[in-house]
Amino acid sequence: MRSDARPLSPHLQVYRWPLAMALSILHRASGIALCAGAVLLVWWLCAAAEGPSAYGGMQHFLGSIIGLLLLFGWSVALFYHLCSGLRHLWWDTGRSLDLPSVYRGSYIVIGGTAVLTVLTWIAVAMHGRG
Amino acid sequence: MAETRMRSPLGQAVGLGSAKEGVEHWWVLRVSSIALVPLTLWFVIAVISLAGADRAALVAWMHHPLPAVLMILLLVATFYHGALGLQVVIEDYIANEALRMGMMIIMRLAAVALAALGIFAVLKLSLGA
Repeated sequence: MRSDARPLSPHLQVYRWPLAMALSILHRASGIALCAGAVLLVWWLCAAAEGPSAYGGMQHFLGSIIGLLLLFGWSVALFYHLCSGLRHLWWDTGRSLDLPSVYRGSYIVIGGTAVLTVLTWIAVAMHGRG
Repeated sequence: MAETRMRSPLGQAVGLGSAKEGVEHWWVLRVSSIALVPLTLWFVIAVISLAGADRAALVAWMHHPLPAVLMILLLVATFYHGALGLQVVIEDYIANEALRMGMMIIMRLAAVALAALGIFAVLKLSLGA
């Protein structure tokens, strides 16, 4: 039986991504990234528990370009998942589920992520110098 | 076909569809997420204050009960919440049942092992030398 000529229902690639769809996928992606971040946290704690040389190696790695990029990505994922997660808890109460509210909430989540990330890295830079 | 007709409508439906476990998963995911909100904010502030600190400063900080306990709570809530989240990801994307089951077991065991490792490290820093 031939099945290749049948009409197919539209799939992901034919849609223009609405903002809410991108943010929903990003919530899952950031959650997966944070699981990797949690492994990094355990690694860092173990290095600290191991002794000064292991901790020094870890701090050296985290201070490198790759380490700083990892930490920056972690902070973005953390703040995005936090803001988006708070929106999910708010949605769970049955509020803000209409389209205008969803768009407004999306911009608040994006803005909140950007503000928290920038503030955190400014605080790190100021604390590092002081 | 004959066998299907002999079965009652209830008998045909039982065992299909919801496993009646979704509400529990949904609820504990939310409870752990609520716990993680203050713990995450505390963690970010702690990391900022520890930025560039040497190991001695970290050990001195960990000797206080509050940071040690909060770090342990953060580890427990993080790996619990993370395992619940990864469970859904595995359920959604891995169609092969044997592979799905295998990945689920490995993921859960890894979450417990990593949490235990992290807690041990915190206790060693907090109580040890």
